Amino acid sequence: MKSDARRFYRHATVVRATHWINALCLVFLLMSGLNIFNARPDLYLGSRSSFHHPVLSIGADDSGANPKGVTTILGHKFTTTGVLGVSGEGDERAFPAWSTIPSDYDLATARRWHFLFAWIFVLNGLLYLTFSVTSGHLRRDLVPKRAEFAKIGPTFLDHLRLHFPHGEEAKRYNVMQMISYLIVGFVLLPIMVLAGWSMSPGVDSLAHFLPQLFGGRQSARTIHFAIAWLLVLFTIVHLLMVLISGVWNNVRSMITGRYDLGEERPS
Amino acid sequence: MIFDRRSLLRFGAFGLGAATAGCDRVDASPRGQDALGFGDWLTYRTQRLLLGNSLAQEFPESAISPHFRPNGSVDPKDPDYVALAKNKFVDWRLKVGGLVEKPLALSLADIRALPARTQITRHDCVEGWSCIGKWTGTQLSHVLDAAGVKKEARFVLFHCADSMDMNSLDSTNASDSQKAASSGGGANSSRYYETIDFVDARHPQTILAYEMNDATLTIPYGAPLRLRVERQLGYKMPKYLMGIELIRDYANIRGGHGGYWEDQGYDWFAGT
Repeated sequence: MKSDARRFYRHATVVRATHWINALCLVFLLMSGLNIFNARPDLYLGSRSSFHHPVLSIGADDSGANPKGVTTILGHKFTTTGVLGVSGEGDERAFPAWSTIPSDYDLATARRWHFLFAWIFVLNGLLYLTFSVTSGHLRRDLVPKRAEFAKIGPTFLDHLRLHFPHGEEAKRYNVMQMISYLIVGFVLLPIMVLAGWSMSPGVDSLAHFLPQLFGGRQSARTIHFAIAWLLVLFTIVHLLMVLISGVWNNVRSMITGRYDLGEERPS
Repeated sequence: MIFDRRSLLRFGAFGLGAATAGCDRVDASPRGQDALGFGDWLTYRTQRLLLGNSLAQEFPESAISPHFRPNGSVDPKDPDYVALAKNKFVDWRLKVGGLVEKPLALSLADIRALPARTQITRHDCVEGWSCIGKWTGTQLSHVLDAAGVKKEARFVLFHCADSMDMNSLDSTNASDSQKAASSGGGANSSRYYETIDFVDARHPQTILAYEMNDATLTIPYGAPLRLRVERQLGYKMPKYLMGIELIRDYANIRGGHGGYWEDQGYDWFAGT
């Protein structure tokens, strides 16, 4: 039996609740977002669309016997049949059915899913940010102390060797966690919201500077798309870290708040 | 442990599949659609609360799109419209009726005689693209005032000349030709229509445009007259206007959702 003393209360209720609501929202926002993207699978820069010069374009080439999926990034063409451009049973669509909500191409319904979860996401995010600032979670748990900054090199190497902290050290996020959570929660997600708002002609009428901040509405759309994939990348690494640093311990601590510190080991 | 991880991944993949299937079931039911529409309602209320009479950004001449993408109907085949176009819209009249004190039938000359406004604005399509164009027309409020809106009117309904099931749509709609082939006579029921509330109807940038980029409005862009509602998406700006009707409610009109695309599931408020 593990003693209760080793179970350390690591995550506050608000952090745990907002974490799971956020995770749910991001899944819905990503998948409905990909359906919305399919309506015009091109990305541009600036205020207006330069239809002949998209920075990214996902389409189909019908010249052969079977349609080919073609993804063009800054003029470089890649064949992406099966996933992008053409997928399923020869369906010509940018992102495949299994990755979108709804699974069929349906812009009207995808927008409804997207905006409903966007509201939940924003309100949930505001709750988290307010809590983080007022409770000291931000200052205490997320902003690295000078000594922790100094350990960034060794911490990185420990991660590579899959050595994760135990005992006293595991009571706090390590410096790499702090930096990545700060970037995601306080930079990427807020930019995501601002770039999303920039695409709204209503919001833009109130804040002309908002789309300009991104270089125009079409740039904002491109940035919105790019950050979506940075968040996917973060989520993959995050899940990988959860898996290899003790999946049940991590998942439990995010549900009940209690984290098993394990045996104190010499590092 | 390996086994655990693998089963976890499998569980995750299963969950994702189940989630999408579940979503498809939710949004296929009317009740599910209503629940999803809550976000749209919240957006409408919030924008109405916060935006006031804010003006959409106006751009310099240099920002105008070299090619403005025409969308929706680009060349209506409806016989009454074709006849009007053949005669350069000399016989065209904009009928203003419904809940008004004085019904009107305005010619293009009548409308051009009203005070004009020119604006260079960004047009955002629900698909995601944007074009910038210069529009000249008269503020809708001038026409509304000339007709005298009755107190009980709550929405402005726009009747258009283009039937959506028989007119060439832009190239992204692959089923055009099939639709055109299947449409017989009496296609009135698929004519484009739209409704807006009075906040937008009385907005200074809401104009009935007869010029685009300093030239008389051409057919792909909605000749002889189209609406501009600059704080909403493109589908709220009907082209080929034939009539304006002041109404109390749109629930009994056509599909009951207040517009051609709204009847296909798109949100009535398109400020986002």
